[in-house]
Amino acid sequence: MDLAVNSSAQGAALPASRPTKTRPANRPRAPRRIPMVAKLAYRNLFHDRLSFIVTIVGIVFSVVLVAIQSGIYLGSEKKIAAILDQAPADYWIVPLGTKSFDDPSPLSGRERHMALSVPGVAHVEDMVVSFARWRKPAGGTNTVLLIGSEAVSDRPLPWNIADGSRGALNAPTTVAIDKSYFPDLGITAVKDQAEINGVNVEIAAVTRKIRSFTTLPFVFTNIEEARRLTGIGQNQATYERVLLSDGADRDAVRNEILRRLPDTEVLTQTEFVKRSQAYWLFQTGAGAALIAGAVLGLIVGIVIVAQTLYSSTKDHINEFATLRALGAGAGYIVKVILMQAVLSGLIGYALGILLAMGVIAAAEDTKLTVVMTPQLAGALFAITIGMCVFAAISAIIKVVRIDPAVVFSR
Amino acid sequence: MSHPANSKVILEAEGIVKILGNAPTQVKVLKNIDLQLHTGELTLLMGPSGSGKTTLLSILGCILTPNEGRLSVAGHATANMNAEGLANLRRKHVGFIFQGYNLVPTLTAVENVMLALDLRDQSGPDAYDNAAEALEAVGLGHRINASPSKMSGGEKQRVAIARALAGSPSVILADEPTAALDAENGLAVMDLLSRVAQDTNRAVLAVTHDHRTLKFADRIIRIDDGRIAGSERPKLPGAEPLQVEAH
Repeated sequence: MDLAVNSSAQGAALPASRPTKTRPANRPRAPRRIPMVAKLAYRNLFHDRLSFIVTIVGIVFSVVLVAIQSGIYLGSEKKIAAILDQAPADYWIVPLGTKSFDDPSPLSGRERHMALSVPGVAHVEDMVVSFARWRKPAGGTNTVLLIGSEAVSDRPLPWNIADGSRGALNAPTTVAIDKSYFPDLGITAVKDQAEINGVNVEIAAVTRKIRSFTTLPFVFTNIEEARRLTGIGQNQATYERVLLSDGADRDAVRNEILRRLPDTEVLTQTEFVKRSQAYWLFQTGAGAALIAGAVLGLIVGIVIVAQTLYSSTKDHINEFATLRALGAGAGYIVKVILMQAVLSGLIGYALGILLAMGVIAAAEDTKLTVVMTPQLAGALFAITIGMCVFAAISAIIKVVRIDPAVVFSR
Repeated sequence: MSHPANSKVILEAEGIVKILGNAPTQVKVLKNIDLQLHTGELTLLMGPSGSGKTTLLSILGCILTPNEGRLSVAGHATANMNAEGLANLRRKHVGFIFQGYNLVPTLTAVENVMLALDLRDQSGPDAYDNAAEALEAVGLGHRINASPSKMSGGEKQRVAIARALAGSPSVILADEPTAALDAENGLAVMDLLSRVAQDTNRAVLAVTHDHRTLKFADRIIRIDDGRIAGSERPKLPGAEPLQVEAH
């Protein structure tokens, strides 16, 4: 092509040391303003589409894996604490050495009255929790966790009743089970009959989405029936749910109950929940496996993002060296790399969280409980961006070590 | 040696020594170089391959630091400056034009120029207008949104010149600016550089092997084996006709 200089650009038209400010009418207007660092970052990212897709797939995989593992972990915590969360107490009186809510052993039978006599205690409720043998109507047996609670309560059990009623459980030999356990327990509808520990029972109510963390189905009944079915004394219970009067000295009440009932432990709501969760999630290793899965997801994400960012930086190293030669500070170039990392993280997170929500929605009516909360979504966002920024370190190290003199050898 | 009227020294190097490599294979590439660049002048730096031209250019552009000697650019002594200080000096006072253009391929022509302005903290519509003006001045007003991949070598080099001009630097250093161009485009680029050098606040130094460019030079410095071998001002009245040597 002809490079003869435009006659209108001769001499004075060349930018002098002081730039002029006249805008010709035919010059296009300035496009929408995007910071040059961001522009350079996204153009670098999108320049190699295949590499970009690999990066995004890596981040999406990582986000989904971490979201699902964390969601299952939170779901497990929620399941483990489900009964306790539904019937919160100021204090729980539990047998000494209780490992978790579903590690039941009976109290002696005098706890309720002893606790009621402590100044500051307003209300005490018995709760019976016990393993029981369930015989299906069509034959075959199963072990269940039988939960007996008082009918007169500010927080009666069970909840989420989909068929039948809580009041129907007041009748003798009636129980409530969750609809999701029908196949396991050989039940098809309300009014079906089965046996618990050799005693005939009828399904009087059906709940929804009340599943235990373990493989043992919950079976709810009234407190008297629970005692009868498990063969414990009429005053005995597994746990005592203690509610305090307004203004009661919590520590004094706890110490007094402990003084009067030395063979028990008095736990706050949080302590009982945490103890139950710690037992199932950490002493059994289930939680560790979930956490390990999430960490693995993070590592995979970091490695993929680091590899692709490093590779992208190497591909654009001449441009970064040119920038350095033109006088760009190390901070400017680091900003470009970090912007690439953050952009990758934003896109990967958006796609990943959408996919994770889809998976969670698909798991809604299955035995798997996966929970997504705004806090978890927020934490995942921070983790994803943090992961991408961390993954950018190798690329940053590469780029800040550029010798700008290489621009003369290319 | 006389200089143009209103000319002043904008870059001054004195006793520059550069040693590359480590003992026992180290090489003394530059040996006690003294050099001044004057505003309003296009200076050509010529010499055979391996004579130290590019190393000298890198030192004058504050990209490499000399082992000995002192350098001053636009009144700023570079001694004791760290890498960021030198980058700052380059950003404010030095414009580069490279043999391979070194444009960012993912940015358009105007964005490449705006990038240089962004480094100088100029952004937004003003930066766009300044970049567009710089491109118009090099005859590329109609190609401001073209991608480097869609431009000819001559056009790319003119974008690189516009980028170097955009920040109004005191010194423009060009490394073999015509080496990748055909004769016509090479001459057009040199013509452009000679007009760039007419700014009384700016000096232009171009490393070149291309003897067709000699006619544009206000001054020619010859370097050989790391030493200044000669300097002449061919445009001064009474100057000897240029002796073209084949290297």
